[in-house]
Amino acid sequence: MLFNDDIAAIATPPGEGGIAIIRLSGSSVIEKVSRIFKPYNPEVDIKNKPGYTMTLGWILDDKGEYIDEVLVSIMRAPKSYTGEDVVEINCHGGILPARKCLEEVLNHGIRLAEPGEFTRRAFLNGRMDMSQVEAVIEIIRAKSEKSMKLALKQLKGEKKEDFNRLEDILTSINAAIEASIDFPDEVDEPDYAGLEENIKIVLDEVNKFIEAARRGEVYREGIKIVISGKPNVGKSSLLNLLLRKDKAIVTDIPGTTRDIVEDYLNINGIPVKIMDTAGIRETDDIVERIGVEKSGQAIKEADLVIFLLDVASGITEEDIRIYQGLNKEKVIVLVNKEDLAEKNISEEEIKKLFGGVRVIRGSVKEKTGLDELISAITEMVLEGKTDYDGEELIFNLRQQKALEKAREHLISVLDSLGQVPLDCTAVDVRGALEALGEITGKNIKEEIINRIFQDFCIGK
Amino acid sequence: MITYNAGNYDVVVIGGGHAGCEAALASARMGCKTLLVTLSMENIALMPCNPSIGGPAKSQLVREIDALGGEMAKNIDKSHIQMRMINTGKGPAVQALRAQADKYEYYREMLKTLLSQENLDVKMAEVERIETVNKRVTGIVTRTGAKFGCKAIVITSGTYLKGRIIIGDLAFDGGPNGQFPAVKLSDSLRDLGLALGRFKTGTPPRIDRKSVDFSKMIEQPGDERPLRFSYISPRVKRPQLSCWLTHSNKRTHQIVMDNLDRSPLFTGLIKGRGPRYCPSFEDKVVRFSDKKSHQIFIEPEGRSTDEMYVQGMNTSLPEDVQLKVLRSIPGLENVRMIRTGYAIEYDYVIPSQLKPTLETKEIENLFTAGQINGTSGYEEAAGQGLIAGINAALKVKEKEPLILKRSEAYIGVMIDDLVTGDIDEPYRLLTSRAEYRLILRQDNADLRLTEIGRKIGLVNDYRWRIFCEKKEILEKEIERLKETTFTPADEEMAEFLTGKDTAPLRDRVSLWEILKRPEIKIKDLVEEGLVDDNDLDILEQLEIQSKYEGYIKKQEEQIKKFEKMENRAIPEDIDYSEVFGLSNEAVQKLNEIRPVSIGQASRISGVNPADINVLLIFLEKKRRK
Ligand SMILES: Cc1cc2nc3c(=O)[nH]c(=O)nc-3n(C[C@H](O)[C@H](O)[C@H](O)COP(=O)(O)OP(=O)(O)OC[C@H]3O[C@@H](n4cnc5c(N)ncnc54)[C@H](O)[C@@H]3O)c2cc1C
Ligand SMILES: Nc1nc2c(ncn2[C@@H]2O[C@H](COP(=O)(O)OP(=O)(O)OP(=O)(O)O)[C@@H](O)[C@H]2O)c(=O)[nH]1
Ligand SMILES: [Mg+2]
Repeated sequence: MLFNDDIAAIATPPGEGGIAIIRLSGSSVIEKVSRIFKPYNPEVDIKNKPGYTMTLGWILDDKGEYIDEVLVSIMRAPKSYTGEDVVEINCHGGILPARKCLEEVLNHGIRLAEPGEFTRRAFLNGRMDMSQVEAVIEIIRAKSEKSMKLALKQLKGEKKEDFNRLEDILTSINAAIEASIDFPDEVDEPDYAGLEENIKIVLDEVNKFIEAARRGEVYREGIKIVISGKPNVGKSSLLNLLLRKDKAIVTDIPGTTRDIVEDYLNINGIPVKIMDTAGIRETDDIVERIGVEKSGQAIKEADLVIFLLDVASGITEEDIRIYQGLNKEKVIVLVNKEDLAEKNISEEEIKKLFGGVRVIRGSVKEKTGLDELISAITEMVLEGKTDYDGEELIFNLRQQKALEKAREHLISVLDSLGQVPLDCTAVDVRGALEALGEITGKNIKEEIINRIFQDFCIGK
Repeated sequence: MITYNAGNYDVVVIGGGHAGCEAALASARMGCKTLLVTLSMENIALMPCNPSIGGPAKSQLVREIDALGGEMAKNIDKSHIQMRMINTGKGPAVQALRAQADKYEYYREMLKTLLSQENLDVKMAEVERIETVNKRVTGIVTRTGAKFGCKAIVITSGTYLKGRIIIGDLAFDGGPNGQFPAVKLSDSLRDLGLALGRFKTGTPPRIDRKSVDFSKMIEQPGDERPLRFSYISPRVKRPQLSCWLTHSNKRTHQIVMDNLDRSPLFTGLIKGRGPRYCPSFEDKVVRFSDKKSHQIFIEPEGRSTDEMYVQGMNTSLPEDVQLKVLRSIPGLENVRMIRTGYAIEYDYVIPSQLKPTLETKEIENLFTAGQINGTSGYEEAAGQGLIAGINAALKVKEKEPLILKRSEAYIGVMIDDLVTGDIDEPYRLLTSRAEYRLILRQDNADLRLTEIGRKIGLVNDYRWRIFCEKKEILEKEIERLKETTFTPADEEMAEFLTGKDTAPLRDRVSLWEILKRPEIKIKDLVEEGLVDDNDLDILEQLEIQSKYEGYIKKQEEQIKKFEKMENRAIPEDIDYSEVFGLSNEAVQKLNEIRPVSIGQASRISGVNPADINVLLIFLEKKRRK
């Protein structure tokens, strides 16, 4: 945490029209952005532009290829939000290109802002008055809590195990080096061949993580929406409608979908992974039963569930059982097949059963209620009812940056091994572990010391 | 007890151990009228355990003490029986000097220094009570009724507070090394509002040299070249005495296992927490049961004695078991034990109650230093003693205190760890505790700290002159090496490089850059006549600063960032429960630790980055008011 170096972050959650803003602040951000920005008008150089001006152009990557068409606004210190030089890059392509632009910016000596850092700077630089202090603090707290929650959420399951193993090996390497330095009578110098081998293993793993982050496995998913309901209510039909293609098989036989069908789409600039599930019912069919279990799992992990009812069949016990298993904060109820004449779901019933929950009536067949559904999804995302917003993208990027830093250190270890003494090697080995520590928030120093005493018999 | 008025001092130092000696000397040398009170004149600068000074992190510390004008380095230079440079292959930052001391000579030399120090009186007595008025110290009272008035007190009571010795199932009140414990002072500290904890440590038996068969052991001689801790000690080589290495074996371990039921560690008689880096032998055998043998070093305790120290055999097993264990070890088959090993439990002051100046937050002008602060080790004690003595004197003189940063000195790392962290075992300095290890080297402690020592008034003219000369030559030489360049056309240089098995030049290159090559040593350049045959210290500096320039620069960059946080001061009088937006845990921790800077605050466990942001904003708000 520094006081006036250059920082950047995605400033807006994705909203209407899919515009995302990258905000930068610090003494040399204008110059740094000018290196990757190509204005439409080749005569223009943003370095020479006065404050409160906008310039249209493209952000380029290091190979000179266009990442996105953007509008760059410049505000000069002290007349800016933070009181420092500020650049805002309006990315037209939505959140994904915005993320790429941000990455590009970060390759030019600008670091990711900490949660709430812009606001803090604004306050510390006298751009906000005293009456706003409490609001400022609320913002900072909320943002940090969110990013802490994300950290926990991101590191779970298999990925977490892999990550822990990686950290564990690196801690051992560190401990072996440190033990031999601090306790030379008891611990021999590490075996350099073994050290090199282990560093290579760690480097491979780190590379895999970086690749995964690059491919965007994590962030491209954006929010997860699961379509749920009893068999034959029209789940697969809804999926196909939203995707505008025949992805899932639709029949009038209940129990058609047996496994999860998923795909990606973009709702108002928000990347969405949408999943159609097997209709939930008691069944003896093994294949279907596994499908039903998987549905349950998908629902648990979902950011949002669209729960379908069939207006003709009425609300059955099955429906109620499924609904009770859902998190009411994250549900949109869609009463489907309103085109049919037979209507067995009344307003009173809905009020009684789904009080406080968003209910939409419509027909997938006739595409009615679709607009309402889309805007309900968007609202819920933006109101923060789901766990998704720009923070998450940034969070992933933060992890990626930390991993890249770890990689740099590991490469430096391999490059210098045997050429420099152990105390220098130790700097990079420690650096790599500290970089990983930025992701897990662990106290590296204590971990290493504990490991020394655990692994080595030390003591006079 | 009828008390009487025995005199007045500026500073009273309680304790004549390694912390007490440094504190008293610093205070007296800074011009304060100083009294040192000790339980015994025979335990001045006593080494109750390993007769050794230095080693990784500790050697850096001793040199720092020296650069600041302390005594430890000079004293060990006068009294060692062996000196070795260890970790030599592992790089300049972790290379460390270690000396075996003649424990008696070390004591005599320190005693001499104390007694001849101007402004310093030494008195043998047990201090029973600290007197205060309005939470500020006014004096001390001894067991024999002497009352000394004073402005500041430094307590350095080591392992003596309510000391309790444990050997097997035998336990009795006592200090280390057969000394008396201090029985009343703990209660006085509690009455003043200080919280105390209880730690434990232990020491091995001592044996009779005449009963050892050295032919079964490996000799460990000292270094051939003359070595010294102090930058101003003469470079002379004292006659070296060897240490000896032997090993425990299966039978030794079996004896331990068979007698575990008599070990106070396992019967629960010992309650205090002991250090992990200094486990008892029985601990090692149990925890690392797959190890077939452990190293045992046999070290002389001095030139004038036949007592030898059994390093690695620290134990509190019953005496008969100790003897059996010893006799199972090669070379010790017929050994005679002179002193029995023991464990000792003692009270310590929980160090989070201290400011980074080592003054207690509770009582003004009361300082504590050394093992009483939960540390272990002579060097750690001396380093704290020096700082506490300096700050007591500065306080009396109403001057700004001395706080060394983690980026400036191991002393800074240690004190910051103590006052900021949760210490749950006796604290020992390790190089891995230092973030900027490549900067905090033993070779450059003088360059880092002599100027500070001079400003305080502890660096005398002689030391100052030596330092200034060294610095001047060094700077000139560095400049000259950077300016002296060679081209591929220089035939002599080409020949020299080929001779050293290193690649020929491709461009114009400075001598400074040439020295960076792993194949080229500074002494090669001296032999070639390219570098003047300067003092060894200067040559060493040139070599290190050139070879590790890249790494050093990187750490210097990090330090700049680090210091930004350290320099953001936090006023003393904040009530954190009134700071809007802090987490509950942060409020509690901050109120307890009362950090002096944003940097320190950020190192407190339980204070997260959001809390730091909130604090920054709070401070800004306060400033604007
Ligand atoms: C058994 C044992 C084993 C140890 N093992 C190790 C080890 O393996 N490695 C290691 O690094 N360190 C070890 N140590 C620790 C090391 O000895 C101490 O850390 C170091 O000596 C502490 O220095 P000090 O100045 O704080 O206290 P000490 O050297 O203990 O000196 C305390 C002084 O205070 C005086 N004093 C105390 N109370 C009063 C009073 N009320 N009135 C007047 N005078 C008082 C005493 O007379 C004494 O002069 C061991 C210590 C002991 C006792
Ligand atoms: N009339 C009418 N029929 C619909 C509507 N939506 C879906 N259907 C029909 O309902 C039947 C079931 O549709 P699916 O989309 O396969 O239903 P599902 O919920 O995926 O069913 P399972 O995969 O079996 O759980 C099909 O015959 C669809 O054509 C609608 O809005 N109106
Ligand atoms: Mg289906």
